[in-house]
Amino acid sequence: MSTKVVITGLGATTPLGGDVASTWDGLLSGRTNAQVLTDEAFADLPARIAAPAAVDPGEVLSRVEARKLDRYEQFAMVAAREAWKDSGLADADVPGERIAVSLGSGIGGLISMLNVYDTLRTKGPRHVTPYTIPMIMPNGGAAWVGLDIGARASVQTPVAACASGNEAIRHGLDLIRSGKADVAVVGGAEAAIHPLPMAAFGAMMALSRRNDDPQHASRPFDKARDGFLLGEGGAVMVLESAEHAERRGARVYAEVAGAGASADGHHIVQPDPEGKGNAFAMREALTNARLAPHEVIHINAHATSTPAGDVAEAVGIRAVFGEAAQNVVVTAPKGALGHLLGAAGVAESIATVLALYHRVVPPTINLDNLDDEVGLDVAVEPRKLPEGQLAAINNSFGFGGHNLVIAFRTV
Amino acid sequence: MATTEEIRTGLAEIVNEVAGIPTEDIQLDKSFTDDLDVDSLSMVEVVVAAEEKFSVKIPDDEVKNLKTVGDAVAYIERSQG
Repeated sequence: MSTKVVITGLGATTPLGGDVASTWDGLLSGRTNAQVLTDEAFADLPARIAAPAAVDPGEVLSRVEARKLDRYEQFAMVAAREAWKDSGLADADVPGERIAVSLGSGIGGLISMLNVYDTLRTKGPRHVTPYTIPMIMPNGGAAWVGLDIGARASVQTPVAACASGNEAIRHGLDLIRSGKADVAVVGGAEAAIHPLPMAAFGAMMALSRRNDDPQHASRPFDKARDGFLLGEGGAVMVLESAEHAERRGARVYAEVAGAGASADGHHIVQPDPEGKGNAFAMREALTNARLAPHEVIHINAHATSTPAGDVAEAVGIRAVFGEAAQNVVVTAPKGALGHLLGAAGVAESIATVLALYHRVVPPTINLDNLDDEVGLDVAVEPRKLPEGQLAAINNSFGFGGHNLVIAFRTV
Repeated sequence: MATTEEIRTGLAEIVNEVAGIPTEDIQLDKSFTDDLDVDSLSMVEVVVAAEEKFSVKIPDDEVKNLKTVGDAVAYIERSQG
């Protein structure tokens, strides 16, 4: 019998709000912060729309902290502090040797790298800040968070593009199950609303070009979807062994019941249209969580609003769940949030956990005409969940063919 | 040519910007690392900003000798001469 792992703290800063409560409220009410990027640096891009964070992390941190951190690290820090406070562990006197951090990003400190390069070219090497490396090293976000909470068991950085956040949850689950740590702070953060990544994603034809109607650009599973809407932010969960949480009388949101991982082995960025890789990861998550398909009542889909990806996911879900798929309430939060890349997995896992905790599934916005090839029950209004023990999964898939699925259960 | 007090005030503004210490706490007898929370990385930022502000050069080899605000003020004063 493996160690049971539960969630005792949540933190998020997203396009919908600067904390978990406002983000959850935004999801339930179907808001979006999608907008046209008016800076002239975006003017010539094929996609000039995005969903910026509702609250600038530089305004939340102290000025001295903010100037040492890349924007993605700022998001990580803001979300981690909220989650840590929410868990009550700040006052619990847990030895640092029992606390781990796993926090990833899709792109990392790219904006700082570009800014410092501009400084190097215009002002010379003397003006390159000594904080450049901590800003651009991929493990920077995890390292700052680890320092902030005093984690000493291990501080690591999963990098799996848009699945990085769920890889962090899976990693934290393993760290606690294996006995390496009692507490794992897991998360993801991303800050890539900048002309370079926007031009690059645009060159891949990955972004929605609905420049004249940004609020309706991200439309997962809808017939008229044409690509994803870039968002930004950070999301962090505090995982804890159930025994440790119980001993200190912690509030528990849900159980992390299991995790599954796979690689498509198909193409560097295109999803396998047969959904074999994502199905493999979903099956593994169910097995790992000791769940039968009919026990899953809710799926928080990865669905980014790209033509190929959404259908490949639906094909995978139908293959795994068979007839039971018709009893599953699916939602795709990227309609409201946009795509938070490396932060998406944890932000959407938080939504999955809160759906179980509050027993209501937030709606998929902008879904006017369900694509005929989807064949799933996708919620377009908030959907109540029944009483009793419930289970849900969160899917996260990343460029590179990474598939990471986390299963959650009510407690 | 800046006076000792002008240099101290200018340096205090820089340390405040980099490390967030209130300017009134940045006095000549204060140690950068022990009193003002200026670590070796932040010290590089202080030095580069001071070079710009006072139009002086502070070689990397010299930085380790600048232990207190007074050391830095005296070095800048001499370099201006």
